Amino acid sequence: MKIVLLSGSNVGSKTRTAMDYTLKIATEKYPDAEITLLDLTEYEMVFSDGRNYWEYEGDTKYVTETIMAADAIVIGTPVFQASIPATLKNIFDLLPVDAFRDKIVSMLVTAGTAKHYLMVEQQLKPILAYMKAQIVQTYVFVEEKDFYRKEITNDDVLFRIERLVEDTVVLTETYTSIREAKEAAYDF
Amino acid sequence: MEKYRIEPTKGLEFGLYSLGDHMRNPHTGEMISAEQRIQELIEASKLADEAGLDVFGVGESHQAHFATQAHTVVLGAIAQATKNIKIASSATVLSVNDPVRVYEDFATIDLISNGRAEIIAGRGSRVGAYSLLGYDVRDYEELFEEKLELLLKLNEEEKVTWEGQYRAPLENAMILPQPQNGHLPIWRAVGGPPASAIKAGYAGVPMTLTTLGGPAVNFKVAVDAYREAAERSGFDPAALPIATTSLFYTAENTQDALREFYPHIHMGMLALRGGGYPKQQFAQATDHRDALMIGSPQQIIEKMLYQYELFGQQRFLAQIDFGGVPFDKIMKNIELIATEIIPAVKKYTAGK
Repeated sequence: MKIVLLSGSNVGSKTRTAMDYTLKIATEKYPDAEITLLDLTEYEMVFSDGRNYWEYEGDTKYVTETIMAADAIVIGTPVFQASIPATLKNIFDLLPVDAFRDKIVSMLVTAGTAKHYLMVEQQLKPILAYMKAQIVQTYVFVEEKDFYRKEITNDDVLFRIERLVEDTVVLTETYTSIREAKEAAYDF
Repeated sequence: MEKYRIEPTKGLEFGLYSLGDHMRNPHTGEMISAEQRIQELIEASKLADEAGLDVFGVGESHQAHFATQAHTVVLGAIAQATKNIKIASSATVLSVNDPVRVYEDFATIDLISNGRAEIIAGRGSRVGAYSLLGYDVRDYEELFEEKLELLLKLNEEEKVTWEGQYRAPLENAMILPQPQNGHLPIWRAVGGPPASAIKAGYAGVPMTLTTLGGPAVNFKVAVDAYREAAERSGFDPAALPIATTSLFYTAENTQDALREFYPHIHMGMLALRGGGYPKQQFAQATDHRDALMIGSPQQIIEKMLYQYELFGQQRFLAQIDFGGVPFDKIMKNIELIATEIIPAVKKYTAGK
């Protein structure tokens, strides 16, 4: 199973801190999975210009191809202006419309305050649904006050991240076996 | 319709076309050479000609997985190899070509073939040709509209005076050689959404509409919009032919057709669009209401007659080698088309 952890912002540290912990849990619990953390801070991405994703060069090609090859994607995002950051939206714009078909996508959100809790429902989930993702319905929401010097200090958040990782893997296995059984029945 | 060399009394025209798909055979893993693929296409055109099919088309796609980038050269060879079948591009990416050169090429093919050449001009659904041939894909729309205007003018006037943005001006220019009867059938290639169909209608240009899959009724919107736009521009829609196209694969029975074609459509879509063809959607495509032409000859006949009722088109073009369907299967398809499908379709549509 290929899992990509996508840290969707190129500024700040909270999302990366939470994604590092997610990576730690995922690696411990599922040592056989092939897990890749993509932090957009570390890549020079160009804006989508309508090309196929594999026709880009450099980081843009690497990041999009890695995402497209994944069975599951955990998206980590901060809240910018009541929505996702442009860097993350650009990833979606670079990919084809059905990019997440047969993929499980789960979400982890960081924000200054609890006021932003519904951003995911209104901004992120519609995009993922449009791109045909199987969405893990429950997401992890982490606030400013849950962090202290680049560590998550709220046990509730830590437990939730563990469950998010588990749910992502369980749903990936489940949907894969459902799909395999369904496809085997077609006889072509 | 005579202007476009179409005789509606003879029934729905049936043609084949290829974009020169050149891919590894997903059943065997075998990769043939571009040389072999091109020879096979020329051979397929001969078989189609001998079997009495109406049209054979070759298109250009300037990227990996294709072998007929120089489609006019291949069409020239086909013109020489065949006797009666009409020869069309499918399509010419006009936006990245000089309309004068395109016209010279097809006028020459028309002379080689004794008056059988046609141009289907499109914008290309892939952007590779633009950077390769030195055009900016940001001019996608304007490039095509300007060049199509010029191409149509070349077809109408003996001495052409013209000025535009993307080509040097022409001053009383004569385009030589001229086609056999002084002009060529020129069609506009149209994708699914109606915007491009409306442009074809406004210009009074025949339309070749791709209906690659999904419910056929979805494409009715584009057909209606085309005829409405033509009428608003003062053209008689009944005098303007419409062609539809689809991916095509037939075999003796449904199950063989599905088994043999699925790996091609799946790998082809994966290579060209980055996502495979879902089995669920493919299984649905045998329904007569779905535009994808897959199934037994009887199912294909049902689909074609259903679409003929829906669209009232004059021509159907079958893409016969999507995903690199091998030559022995192309031969089998041509045989089934000629012996089972065409007689039934013509019987129903001729004389109407």
